[in-house]
Amino acid sequence: MLSYILRRIAYALPITLGVTIICFSLIHLAPGDPLSAVLPDNAGPDMREQIKIAYGFDKPLPVQYLLWLKNVATGDFGLSIQSRRPVVSEVLPAACNTAYLALAAVLIGFPFGILMGAVAGYTVGGWIDRAVTSVAVTGVSVPHYWLGMVLVVIFAVNLGALPAMGMGPGGQSSYAFDWAHLRHLVLPAITLAVIPAGIIARSVRATVADIRRRDFVGTLQAKGIGEGRVLYHVAKNAGPTILAVAGLQFAQLLGGSILVETVFSWPGTGFLLNTAIFTRDLPILQGTILVLSIFFVFINLVVDVLQTFLDPRIKRA
Amino acid sequence: MAVPHPRPDPAADAGPAAAAATAPFVSVRDLTVRFVSRDADVKVINGVSFDVLKGEVLCLLGESGSGKSVTMRTLIRLLPPTARLGGTVTIDGIDVLGLPRNDLKRLRGSLAAMIFQEPMTALDPVFTIGQQIGEALVEQKGMSWADARARALQLLELVQIPSARRRLDNYPHELSGGLRQRAMIALALSLSPKLLLADEPTTALDATVQIQVLLLLRELQKELGMATVFVTHDLGVAAEIADRIGVMYAGRLVELGAVAEIMDAPRHPYTEGLMRSTVHAGMRGKVLDAIPGAPPDLADLPPGCAFAPRCRSVREHCLAVEPAAETVGPGRIVRCLRHGDDPAYAASAPLAIG
Ligand SMILES: Nc1ncnc2c1ncn2[C@@H]1O[C@H](COP(=O)(O)OP(=O)(O)OP(=O)(O)O)[C@@H](O)[C@H]1O
Ligand code: SF4
Ligand SMILES: [Mg+2]
Repeated sequence: MLSYILRRIAYALPITLGVTIICFSLIHLAPGDPLSAVLPDNAGPDMREQIKIAYGFDKPLPVQYLLWLKNVATGDFGLSIQSRRPVVSEVLPAACNTAYLALAAVLIGFPFGILMGAVAGYTVGGWIDRAVTSVAVTGVSVPHYWLGMVLVVIFAVNLGALPAMGMGPGGQSSYAFDWAHLRHLVLPAITLAVIPAGIIARSVRATVADIRRRDFVGTLQAKGIGEGRVLYHVAKNAGPTILAVAGLQFAQLLGGSILVETVFSWPGTGFLLNTAIFTRDLPILQGTILVLSIFFVFINLVVDVLQTFLDPRIKRA
Repeated sequence: MAVPHPRPDPAADAGPAAAAATAPFVSVRDLTVRFVSRDADVKVINGVSFDVLKGEVLCLLGESGSGKSVTMRTLIRLLPPTARLGGTVTIDGIDVLGLPRNDLKRLRGSLAAMIFQEPMTALDPVFTIGQQIGEALVEQKGMSWADARARALQLLELVQIPSARRRLDNYPHELSGGLRQRAMIALALSLSPKLLLADEPTTALDATVQIQVLLLLRELQKELGMATVFVTHDLGVAAEIADRIGVMYAGRLVELGAVAEIMDAPRHPYTEGLMRSTVHAGMRGKVLDAIPGAPPDLADLPPGCAFAPRCRSVREHCLAVEPAAETVGPGRIVRCLRHGDDPAYAASAPLAIG
């Protein structure tokens, strides 16, 4: 088991390296030379030279990459062009804020999606199934920024029941898990939860329906055990598939949504990326994308490892 | 829809000793099964009647699609919700078709247990053998998991699984086909059923393993004195294990009798065909589909005898009149006009087939 986990981590390493290469190239792929990409627009020739040497742009590319990788490994992602602050001190709090939102969306959307899917999978072809399926299809197809704006209009503008902007009083430094802050989480979290809930509902439905048709369910019923115990068998068989789908959805939520975070002015990575794109703040873009990609690789790793616990047929040796 | 029947009262269940000794353990009368969906209504079992006595093995033979599995599954009501049941089924005094849904556990496992054809798919891949045998004991008998595990071990030893203790913690995919089927048998025996239903339990196995599993089943059946309904395609298997044989064709039981009578002196033309096709070569392994022609479409049965298009003895009369079940000897039933007392068969003209 341990050797499997180690091997799986070893597989993740080249992927992570590949990700860093792509992020590194970002600056060199950007239009214009990399120097002007990292320089503020009003930089004079002195500053140009200074920065050129500071960033090592005078050295060959592979050397530049290795230097950059060394810095990144020690948490030095360079400076933001706009704020002149270290990229890390912008990206990490944003990633943290996005993670709050992602967790809230998971708590709202995943149980709902799994429950709906399971009920539909138990009533395939019936009216409950058709209702759930059409709700799920609608959920998946509605553009979520549009849904976000509708929710804002209804709950924030018309009813005044929930706030539509920001994270709550005091900004991220004084964030607390009290109602004054959590109420700010409600609308964006619901908005974000809809698509994953729909996707999960559909795949849980398909999985449960498929498992319920398997022969072993007949064997279980022939033993005379209760419906609850049969459901436990179905759930355990569906577990790996649900975990894979949910893990992917969670990873995507952790990536943040540019549109939803912008609609709700939520200071997460999506919001940060949006600002960085508009201000051509390449170091921020680079840092954010790198952090998010590493999240993604990590979550996939965790899902893979969890799956070997759930499914005895996966060889662990 | 299942015909509603009043629940038998407990006193009648026990019955007077004399009646219990003579009454059949399983009694199926005029069983009909239809599968009804939005775009189809197919009657797949059409008036099947038979008895099984205590300790007796009844073998159901017949081509693919003749209704063997459906008949068997009806005995424990293991059919999809699209199934509509008619007639009566009584097992040990319990009115099976009238049993409310949440009383089915009285029937399943402890009264009647089932062994399926394909042990790979019939066992849950993500639970260990020990868990799958033990859970019925925990759920139905209220045993602790520790006791259930000890009992599961005994059962694995009973079905002669080598290094049984280790096998308890194996998953189905870690066992060979033969061992899996033994585990399936152990599972079926876990609640000490009085009726064993085996639906082609050896078909999916290699030839040598087939014989071993079959011998084991026969031994256990004798030892435990279970009434048994055994479905097979294989005449050799039937000869080996059966006391009586029922031959099914197109959802009907066309002939029923003691194994020697059916083998040596078949009366129904379909059974005659079966025996002819296997009379010379060694009987085991002979598959039944050796009679020319194909079974009829159950959704569109012709009037008269369903076997007529393939029958050597078909006469004009057979195309018009559906043969009824005739008792032609003690415990011997044949569903063929040739054996009825209807003179019209003799009077009508023979038809050429083909
Ligand atoms: N759930 C179902 N819905 C509709 N029709 C069914 C269903 N189950 C079985 N049937 C039909 O009932 C008929 C009898 O099937 P059954 O499985 O009893 O045949 P069988 O004699 O066991 O055949 P085999 O030897 O292939 O196992 C077949 O025509 C089959 O298509
Ligand atoms: S009733 Fe006629 S067609 Fe049918 S089996 Fe008998 S002889 Fe053949
Ligand atoms: Mg069958």
